[in-house]
Amino acid sequence: MSDSEDILATAAQWREAGETVALATVVETWGSSPRPAGSRLAVSGSGRMAGSVSGGCIEGAVAEAAQGVMASGTPRLMDFGISDERAWEVGLACGGKLKVFVEPLA
Amino acid sequence: MTPDMLARIAAARVEGRGVTLLTRLTDGAQRLWPDEELAPALAEAAEAALRDDLAANLTLDGEAWFIHPQAPALRLIIVGAVHVAQALAPMAAAAGFAVIIVDPRGAFASEERFPSGVTLNHDWPDDAMKALAPDARTAIVTLTHDPKLDDPALDTALASPAFYIGALGSRRTHAKRLERLGELGHGPEATRRIHAPIGLDIGAVTAPEIALSIIAEIVAVRRGPRRAAKAAA
Repeated sequence: MSDSEDILATAAQWREAGETVALATVVETWGSSPRPAGSRLAVSGSGRMAGSVSGGCIEGAVAEAAQGVMASGTPRLMDFGISDERAWEVGLACGGKLKVFVEPLA
Repeated sequence: MTPDMLARIAAARVEGRGVTLLTRLTDGAQRLWPDEELAPALAEAAEAALRDDLAANLTLDGEAWFIHPQAPALRLIIVGAVHVAQALAPMAAAAGFAVIIVDPRGAFASEERFPSGVTLNHDWPDDAMKALAPDARTAIVTLTHDPKLDDPALDTALASPAFYIGALGSRRTHAKRLERLGELGHGPEATRRIHAPIGLDIGAVTAPEIALSIIAEIVAVRRGPRRAAKAAA
């Protein structure tokens, strides 16, 4: 988890540079999720990304949700799993399940 | 997360102080432990998460909380600003370590030879090590081959709770080293902590290969016990 604080530092820099920023954090995992709970992904309004919440499977969907969270200012808890059709769509092929909390940095 | 909360987490990190961030998943409300007073169940979970460096979930009064430890950076103290150190420093930094290089020889520990993120310390190893005060999140590696530099560093390292101690040198060099450390009062029980010959046995030959074997061994020592516990469960 030593890399997670660097994500916060990056998020802070983006914000200082005038960007809107959202933070996504893995809060629960089941099965073979590639990144442990606590892993972070920062997303900026202009679409920059730092860190990760999976092995690349769900980053696209989370980044898209992050834009919505920045716009609304309301945090959101996202579920990804093998039983979820959306998960197949975004390609969580590893067979794991996870929950990601997406919040605005504001 | 409010910018204020982010700043408080960043400040704790700079101070080398572990904190735990608690997030209520229903509305995103956040608390920071131990800076804020919390319900006993939350405080207990926050303390455990930080101690084990492991995030957790807790439901309290029907509300789901995410307990997220924000441990200070791991440290790697490298004694000897030699060729292997040049290869090891960036690998360790990439693996999340704050890297400190100790070498009183200015020609070795020069800014030209090391990337900007690395801290160079030109004190004698015994003084440097005492000031750096290795803790349980510190790994220590001696690379000089020179007893004048390695021995005082190992003397201090063995008196610390450092989670990893490794010393470069052949089996013969290490046998002599153990004799000298014995004279300093470190018996076989204590010196068993020293990984020597240093690094995983991957047949490393070049400086970067040796560095790779060292960082791999440090990761194995840090992560191995938890993996073994998981396998046994």
